[in-house]
Amino acid sequence: MTLAAPLAIATSGLAMRFRGGQLAVDHIDLAVPPGSVYGFLGPNGSGKTTTIRMLLGLVHPTAGTFQVLGTDARVLDSVLPRVGALVEGPAFYPFLSGRQNLARCDAADPSADLSTSRSRINHALDQVGLLAAADKRYRAYSLGMKQRLGIAAGLLRPRDLMVLDEPTNGLDPQGTREIRSLIKQIAADGTTVFVSSHLLAEVEQICSHVGVMSTGKLVFQGPLAELRSRGEPRILIRSPEAPAAADVLGRLGLADVAIADGQVSAGLGEHAPEKVNAELVHAGVPVAGLETVRPSLEDLFVELTGEGFDVNG
Amino acid sequence: MSMASAAGVIGRPSAPVRHWLRLFGSELRNVFFRPRNLAMLAVLAGAPVFLGVVLKINTPAPGSGGEGAGVFVGQIADNGVFLSLFAIYVLLTVLLPLAVSVVSGDSVAGEAGLGTLRTLLTVPAGRTRLLMTKYLMIVVFCFAATFLVAGLGLLTGAIFFPVGPVTLLSGNTVSLVAGLGRLVLIACYVAVALSALGAIGLALSAFTQHAIAVMAAVLVVVIVSEILDAVSQVAAIHPYLPTHFWFSFDALLRMPIDWFQVLRGLASFAAYIVIFGAVALTRMRRANITC
Repeated sequence: MTLAAPLAIATSGLAMRFRGGQLAVDHIDLAVPPGSVYGFLGPNGSGKTTTIRMLLGLVHPTAGTFQVLGTDARVLDSVLPRVGALVEGPAFYPFLSGRQNLARCDAADPSADLSTSRSRINHALDQVGLLAAADKRYRAYSLGMKQRLGIAAGLLRPRDLMVLDEPTNGLDPQGTREIRSLIKQIAADGTTVFVSSHLLAEVEQICSHVGVMSTGKLVFQGPLAELRSRGEPRILIRSPEAPAAADVLGRLGLADVAIADGQVSAGLGEHAPEKVNAELVHAGVPVAGLETVRPSLEDLFVELTGEGFDVNG
Repeated sequence: MSMASAAGVIGRPSAPVRHWLRLFGSELRNVFFRPRNLAMLAVLAGAPVFLGVVLKINTPAPGSGGEGAGVFVGQIADNGVFLSLFAIYVLLTVLLPLAVSVVSGDSVAGEAGLGTLRTLLTVPAGRTRLLMTKYLMIVVFCFAATFLVAGLGLLTGAIFFPVGPVTLLSGNTVSLVAGLGRLVLIACYVAVALSALGAIGLALSAFTQHAIAVMAAVLVVVIVSEILDAVSQVAAIHPYLPTHFWFSFDALLRMPIDWFQVLRGLASFAAYIVIFGAVALTRMRRANITC
């Protein structure tokens, strides 16, 4: 990739209002760098799938513009051959085998290489580990096999961009790991991967960038490290005299002091933890333990997208 | 760019016809090798054989008969060719339209219901290209179903009854070869009539993901049309009904052929194909695929 390579996906004020008046996607500006693995995160119903459907030309935006691989949305079909896609779970013909299903996808491609169809199908099946089950009917596939066949359809020809919508949805940990390693492998070949998930933990290990959706809005976008660094470090103090410790922290000007389970916590801000410790000792507060923690990505994610209604239940 | 240029070289959009033929072939395979459709075709194939057996056991007196299909019944004992015409006539009332409703109703709605429509469109198969392919598949199915009925009617007729020069409805007798030529023309006419019904099915199919609803709706169209066609009080609308000219193929059994009647029928079918084809295309191009 050269520096001049365009964004893999760029949207500007992209919005989708359903006929009922509900704004499913609220003017989002996505910027997916080429070569990245972009985790598109958000709870169910936050507008991820609708966004993906717009990017693939399945639904028409009600406002905004977008480019895929530098190509304008108005001529999307000219660029889609360079894009592999899995939208809202795999969808195939239950009465056909895995191989026949891929042949059907390949047959629909107006620019596929006719002479290499068979070998490309075999290669795609091999990449997702379905070669042995290639001639079983799709109906008999397990959920994980179905998801992998969906990814295989995206691998029928070399792609510059793979769009994977919830590829791990409904999979057991084993299946999730398989998909993750498959995505790593695709990305290692230089393909930009745009992968959506409602579970941060499932994709954080493989993403270089993330975008976080919440009720139709893009509430965060950037490198994963930037999201991580957003978390304000907190200081945790274990002390038999918790209220006294809390007093000291308050006097020092630490924000958001809280006591729970004999532990005092507070936002550390610019304060050095060793200074705080010295102050506590100086004030005669016994300190049994002290540590500084950064909120986990999961915490940040929940902070951005709002807690589910049953989190505290 | 890494693989983009490579992919661009591999893909040859310069062979659109070969690529389209591949999609069309895949479409035909999906329809004709699908177990459900095969069962339906088997029923269509069995019906003329069944009619032949019944008429062999209980052969109507030569020259007997009456209105409608009866016109052909009286001739079957003399000439097995008429079993083919009789079978087309009988099956055109329900079974052939039913088969067309299943295939046309399934065309887009079935793909939407399975979700494969989104798979195909992201390939990208192309909305217009896919719809056109679907409609051509429906037309091929209409011809295949009609010729299946005509062919097996002819075969069964030839096995059970004598076959020879064909006496037309106008009383003239033409050679067997000329008679078979008429039979082919009639089968083509009926296939075009069914293709018009298929266009209605295709248009309805583009509006929903429930194939079964479209099948039912297409059959309702046929039944309501046939009922209205039988009510003389609404004679003014008869020529505009989709089924009105279906049975006008008797014009092809006269000497000379009543081309006016034939062309009027074909014009009606063409109008239905154009109108509902346009509806299907407009809907397909604009639809938000959310399933």
